[in-house]
Amino acid sequence: MNKVFPDAASALDGLLFDGMTLMAGGFGLCGVPEHLIEALKASGTKDLTIISNNAGVDGDGLGVLLETRQIAKMVSSYVGENKLFEKQYLDGDLELEFNPQGTLAERIRAGGAGIPAFFTKTGVGTLVAEGKEIRDFDGEDYVMESWLRSDVSIVKAWKGDTEGNLIFRKTARNFNAPMATAGKVTVAEVEELVEPGSLNADEIHCAGIFVQRIIDGGSYRKVIEKRTTRPRS
Amino acid sequence: MAWTRDEMAARAAKELSDGFYVNLGIGIPTLVANYIPEGMHVTLHSENGMLGIGPFPYEGEEDPDLINAGKQTVTELPHSSYFDSAASFGMIRGGHINLAILGAMQVAENGDLANWMIPGKLVKGMGGAMDLVAGVQRVVVVMDHNSKAGDVKFLKACDLPLTGTHVVDLLITDIGVFDIDKKNGGVTLIEIAPGVTVDEIRERTEASFEVAPGLA
Repeated sequence: MNKVFPDAASALDGLLFDGMTLMAGGFGLCGVPEHLIEALKASGTKDLTIISNNAGVDGDGLGVLLETRQIAKMVSSYVGENKLFEKQYLDGDLELEFNPQGTLAERIRAGGAGIPAFFTKTGVGTLVAEGKEIRDFDGEDYVMESWLRSDVSIVKAWKGDTEGNLIFRKTARNFNAPMATAGKVTVAEVEELVEPGSLNADEIHCAGIFVQRIIDGGSYRKVIEKRTTRPRS
Repeated sequence: MAWTRDEMAARAAKELSDGFYVNLGIGIPTLVANYIPEGMHVTLHSENGMLGIGPFPYEGEEDPDLINAGKQTVTELPHSSYFDSAASFGMIRGGHINLAILGAMQVAENGDLANWMIPGKLVKGMGGAMDLVAGVQRVVVVMDHNSKAGDVKFLKACDLPLTGTHVVDLLITDIGVFDIDKKNGGVTLIEIAPGVTVDEIRERTEASFEVAPGLA
């Protein structure tokens, strides 16, 4: 068994097909799988359904796949930072399904854990609950939401070993960890790929069982969306 | 005279208690962090996966892996922790967060809240707002009493698509503070900005409300 691939393109080789469903980790541009997104762009695979909290910004993150019109549908909670997204959506070229962020995260977690549906209070009495089953538990209404699974999940971690064990860094963990569990195949890119034993087994965030392919991403651009600082006093 | 943004934030900060875990929305709610009383231990939650949000970093020390839910660079504190998005919303949905302070487009007298969508305008998405109002123990809304165009925002019923139903506990505007009984219904005006009269508030409000004893 070998999970290690030399680069992003080879790691996605044989996994991609038109009309497929992908999950892409990250929150805004924080923790996005930069190299795998670039390889996805280069592959030319189209009509993609992409499950991702956001849609990147113009020219960065998933924004690059909008430029090439490879995305047919997004399942997201917030897409406010992207003008190209706006245009393609208003022109009717892009389908969009909004999920409350917590519902999105839990649908992904449920997909990875083999739970086809669950009930949540989030969205009861709003547009989100329309057409969905409502059930009373202990005197309160809850709406049924279904699981999400992907053909391929692409995620980004800080460190990983050749077995696919992953450690994330700070708030770059976000959707990467649950999405890694919900892919038929999960491809991870890491800043530092190490031999088994180098990572403390007690500190692993995502067990290698969820990761089928892994690459050392080498250098990262790590674009900051909103640089906010305070003066030194 | 109406309260300023900072005065509204300072008023919202009075809802904090020692030991609280709190989620602050974007805009005026973010300013509440500046008014946490000295000596009070309050832990700020960021729904992208962090407890214990610290101040903005010094220039040159920004970390792209460390942002808040508004995607701004922040710092960590000695008691900070990180977790994934599913765990983060488990904290919210599971009722572990004591208080959420957020902005709104409209609030109704039954506690309904609308703050994510204007039909006919481009919709950016609800983000975590629906989860927060449904799951957090107590929800405080801070908003201008009327829109810039003068539209009434505190209504009998919201006409914008809802973020949640029966969710708002307290409404702080630039002219008054309203206690909302979201379970049994009923609104009470409990504070008025200096120089503002009850009559003026009634004129600028569609929701019906009682006036707390001693205010009128």
